[in-house]
Amino acid sequence: MKLNRKDLLGLEYLDKDEIDLILQTARPFSELFTRTVKKVPTLRGKTVVLLFYEPSTRTRTSFELAAKRLSADTLNITVASSSVVKGESLIDTVKTIEAMKADFVIIRHSMSGSAHIVANTISASIINAGDGMHEHPTQGLLDLFTIQQKKGRIKGLNVAIIGDIAHSRVARSNIWGLKKLGANVFVVGPSTLMPADVEKLGVEVHYHIDKIIPKLDVINILRIQRERQEQNLFPTLEEFSEIFGINSKKLVRAKNDLLVLHPGPMNRGVEISSEVADGKNSVITEQVTNGIAVRMAVLYLLAGGEGGAGENFDS
Amino acid sequence: MKILIRNGVVCDPQNKFEKKADLLIENGKIRSIGKILPARARGVRTIDARNRMVVPGLIDIHCHLREPGREDEETIRTATRAAVKGGFTSICSMPNTQPVIDSVSGVKFVLETARQEGVVNVFPVGAITKGSLGQELASIGKMKQAGIIAISDDGHPVMNAVIMRRALEYCKMFDIPVISHCEDTNLSQNGEMNEGYISTVLGLKGIPRQAEEIMVARDIALAELTGGRLHIAHISTARSVDLVRHAKKSGIRVTAETAPHYFSLTEELVKASNYNTNTKINPPLRTKKDVEAIKRGLKDNSIDCIASDHAPHLAEEKDQEYKTAPFGIIGLETTLPLVITYLVNNGKLTLRDALMKLSVNPARILNLKKGNLSPGSDADVTILNLKETRTIERFESMSRNSPFLGMKLTGFADGTIVGGKVVMLNSKLLV
Repeated sequence: MKLNRKDLLGLEYLDKDEIDLILQTARPFSELFTRTVKKVPTLRGKTVVLLFYEPSTRTRTSFELAAKRLSADTLNITVASSSVVKGESLIDTVKTIEAMKADFVIIRHSMSGSAHIVANTISASIINAGDGMHEHPTQGLLDLFTIQQKKGRIKGLNVAIIGDIAHSRVARSNIWGLKKLGANVFVVGPSTLMPADVEKLGVEVHYHIDKIIPKLDVINILRIQRERQEQNLFPTLEEFSEIFGINSKKLVRAKNDLLVLHPGPMNRGVEISSEVADGKNSVITEQVTNGIAVRMAVLYLLAGGEGGAGENFDS
Repeated sequence: MKILIRNGVVCDPQNKFEKKADLLIENGKIRSIGKILPARARGVRTIDARNRMVVPGLIDIHCHLREPGREDEETIRTATRAAVKGGFTSICSMPNTQPVIDSVSGVKFVLETARQEGVVNVFPVGAITKGSLGQELASIGKMKQAGIIAISDDGHPVMNAVIMRRALEYCKMFDIPVISHCEDTNLSQNGEMNEGYISTVLGLKGIPRQAEEIMVARDIALAELTGGRLHIAHISTARSVDLVRHAKKSGIRVTAETAPHYFSLTEELVKASNYNTNTKINPPLRTKKDVEAIKRGLKDNSIDCIASDHAPHLAEEKDQEYKTAPFGIIGLETTLPLVITYLVNNGKLTLRDALMKLSVNPARILNLKKGNLSPGSDADVTILNLKETRTIERFESMSRNSPFLGMKLTGFADGTIVGGKVVMLNSKLLV
């Protein structure tokens, strides 16, 4: 099966079969990492440009490794995205990149819709590596992959996303992906950090995790940003941590095999305590490893590769 | 100099006149309407208006000409040419130029430039406060003497209720309206589109409808307090319409306008167009329910006028990320066809009602002796072809920021006469 798409802009736009295809295709790639030679020649001769308008270590290195393990050439472009500094426009920048004959542009940008603008402008394949508060589809996919790997399924699981839902692209991509694969999705956080009409996405809204913790199979804890407090979205970081931070005390009534995810980077002691982050339920480091496999699958499929389980990528 | 417009259907709502008739113009004024014998028309420039409507020149109560200061986006010359194309014979220029029109010299500049380079009547709106900073009243009385027809801090809402109170009180003695851009800028801060499910899905910062409605309610209360004349600009929500309707019933001196995009487009276009920045408008595109309420408000006269809110921006300003792109779209050349296509042709408004909104009421609100075809009045006349369908592609405006690009609309002006001067005929600009 092929993924007949030029771009990956969000999980909203994929159907269930397409998401399944990416997850299945990621599996053999993740097995590749156990070998001594972790590289396949699949994308030899292709150029992957990493265009990052926001600082990111995790996502950028993950994409870079994914591209390199597929033997593509990579180029990093980091742009200071201060709106005060009047630089070249996004459209001009990507037209320049197009003129350099890039095959893929992986873009991270602080403003929602930026990946769409790029995809509408140039013919290269665009992968959204996070645009503002909109989507971060490969994060959503790697979370799905990790849950599926550990639980064997997604359908029917009770998954809570916890924290700053309003400003989170990770939350949006997770909600779309989880709902399409049949999970029950709960969003938990302060009422000031719930986006308008969020329940129309088919999620249950909760302000207190205690009410639902016993039935949860997965919790995905979002990073909280300090500036939200300055915007009066909650009174203090201490209060946020007290009420919404996840520590072992809050997990006393949780299932034994509860999975704990966090997209990183973590604020230890704020939204997640160290004992939870490093505890037996945490799959946070696996998420990082899986992120590379999922991104390899995405690159491979967007390049027109045949996907599915049991593929041999060596040839 | 005489002009005879023959064989058209003359529709003059203020005089309750609508039938096939000829219209004679002499020395820049309307001379007579009726069956005019060819003998009397000898040596007269004759315009054949067969299958056309002949109506009072349209008046746009709200547009942005960008001159002085942003002549790269639009000039008084190009905006007035766009007006001609759109069937407008008079337009009101908002004062949020660079510098802000908050003094006599600014008013004189606009009037003088319009006299020299403009091709329709330009009526300047003066600022409410100096620099539109919302702190000190501008020289409203002196600007009135220089020729302003209203005051407004459009684009920079007056957040301080005392300033708004004083403006409404002070304007009473000049009998000019205060045009209020209703927006609580604390609530709308950094907003990009209407707040709701779509803004959540797109990850765009929402502007709650209440940012508009709170200020509509406040300003109505202040109009009640002061007895001043309040005109509410570009209303976009169902509750704003209700507030105005209720205020009018209570006898408060309030009038209101909306713009064509608020009865023809919804917030869903932001998503459907994949963040096309020509959908970024302030107030933002709202929901279907609001669109229906705006239409009802037009029908029951809660909303008096339809204005273009023509807001030109350069392509390079709009070709940015959604967040950084400026608000606003051009509208002078699409307002009339949108009114005909979305309101008249599907029976929401009669043509007569539409002309009330586009000519009669703006003239009444601004105390202009226009908006009718009475003998002796200025020969501002628009000739309409209600059947013509065009795809929106080219503009006389210097800017092209329109969400209606590529859309097929029906009902255009194909002739425009300003003060007895034929400035457009058979859809060709003659100026």
